[in-house]
Amino acid sequence: MSAKLFDKLATLLMWLAGIVILGILAAFLLYILYKGVPVLSWDFIFGKSSDIQAGGGVGAQLFNSFYILLLSLLVSIPLAIGAGVYLAEYARDNKLTDLIRLSTESLATVPSIVLGLFGMIIFVNALGMGFSIIGGALTLTLLNLPVLVRVTEESVRNVPVHYREASLALGATKWQTIWRVVLPNALPGIITGITLTAGRALGETAILIFTAGTTVGRQIVNFDVTAAGETLAVHLWYVMAVGLVPDRVEIANGSGALLIITILILNLLFTIPSKILQRKLGAGGH
Amino acid sequence: MQLVSKEHKTKLLYDHYMRYLFIASASLMTIIIVTIIVFVGGQGLLTFKEVSPLDFFFSAKWDPMGLEYGALSFIVGSLAVTVLSILLGAPLGLAGAIFMAKIAPAWLSKIMRPATDLYVAIPSVVYGFVGLTIIVPFIRTYFNVNIGFGLLAASIILAIMILPTIVSISEDALRAVPKSLEEASLALGATRWQTIWHVLLPSALPGILTSIILAMARAVGETMAVQMVIGNTPQLATSLFMPTSTLPSEIVVEMGNTPFGSAWGNALFLMAFVLLVLSLLMILIIRRIARKKVI
Repeated sequence: MSAKLFDKLATLLMWLAGIVILGILAAFLLYILYKGVPVLSWDFIFGKSSDIQAGGGVGAQLFNSFYILLLSLLVSIPLAIGAGVYLAEYARDNKLTDLIRLSTESLATVPSIVLGLFGMIIFVNALGMGFSIIGGALTLTLLNLPVLVRVTEESVRNVPVHYREASLALGATKWQTIWRVVLPNALPGIITGITLTAGRALGETAILIFTAGTTVGRQIVNFDVTAAGETLAVHLWYVMAVGLVPDRVEIANGSGALLIITILILNLLFTIPSKILQRKLGAGGH
Repeated sequence: MQLVSKEHKTKLLYDHYMRYLFIASASLMTIIIVTIIVFVGGQGLLTFKEVSPLDFFFSAKWDPMGLEYGALSFIVGSLAVTVLSILLGAPLGLAGAIFMAKIAPAWLSKIMRPATDLYVAIPSVVYGFVGLTIIVPFIRTYFNVNIGFGLLAASIILAIMILPTIVSISEDALRAVPKSLEEASLALGATRWQTIWHVLLPSALPGILTSIILAMARAVGETMAVQMVIGNTPQLATSLFMPTSTLPSEIVVEMGNTPFGSAWGNALFLMAFVLLVLSLLMILIIRRIARKKVI
């Protein structure tokens, strides 16, 4: 076979691969929405779930998903920004820095079921929180941290050096420079990172089964952090794996669509302002 | 005489102490990972008080009621789905990465980037649910088997789940190859495919290997999607269509009915520890590869 013909053939194959990859994704999303959207109704989205009878909703699970996500972000964002700024601004090329980097990378690959069991030992058993929203949120923090640290470090590094030099030359301390110059300019990147993390955390299941539990309280909206808090993703798994309700396939279809829609909205909501912010900052400087 | 004003002194002090706050939050990463290793490992290794390591690692007899704790079938199951999913997913992902980096028109690349992000954003339970409702029945019908749950179903779902890891990291690696290398090859009269095969892929190899190992780490630790399609039966799989189990899926199925601190519970923790060690090993391999790249 001539080299030219082979080149054409290979090009065709690569095109095929690209199309297959897009096709699988499109098929996935369309299938989930096609099956799930008809299930979505006011009663389903905001209603109470049922253990035995058909017709239960997912209101409490939806609330818990966001509540646990919010709590875990409240803990992980400040810590991750601190660690990310340290790695980008302070860290010298020494053993300690290397160890911190290795730890962050390792933490990022720990399987979520292992994090779940760890949370179960520490938060649920040792600290006596039981299956609770706070136990789930703190364990989820362990999943968020490494990703957020990496994103913060990258965004901080991308801030041009002369910004810092200008600030330092004006007599600002290092902390003032970081707070007033570096972090505001790194913000668009950090926000994008938070969105990616939030989307992942919202769909996380293995971590939460043995920390936040598989049951919900009696009220739909329950701010008590010591109550058990089954989330939407856990609910989807639970009804399919262990559930007794007769309409479990419908509930799973609806929950799946609801999860996907929520994550898509979340991404849109956060990516657009971060893009605008980026454009504004870009127009102001350079 | 006061050389430095009081206000300025406070600022300098503030500056000094903020630094410690930053160091503390960074060190927390190390503290967390060490604590995870110590606690999960510690709880898991208690198993060996009652079960011999030989039985745990080399026996496939898992019957907690009969005090048999052989985890071989789960270890084999985990390794099998990981290897199979890489065999299925890596060629497609790599081809997709080459397509995005070198062949696709700019507008299509612009669509594919957020598309790979979307792959990551789909929750693993949703992958599992689709596997359960589409792939399992599909296997049952077209491969003419009566169950459909098993290694093949799990590997197909995992192959889809690892695509974004392979595509995005390999694409970055391919794009990072210096333009001059590519131009030199094209100037010598090589076709685009010859350039990709003989110049680009070898230069990007460390990045491609990293993407594959990260994909393996994701596959071996994936819990929910695998649990929903593998059949959850503690037996050594002798065919692709036989229901079996993996380390994470078995943990998630049994942890709920296990008293904390019992030999049964500890054995599940030991399985989690094996997973942890496997994923840490992969990080060390990736570091090895990255170091070689510099030299």
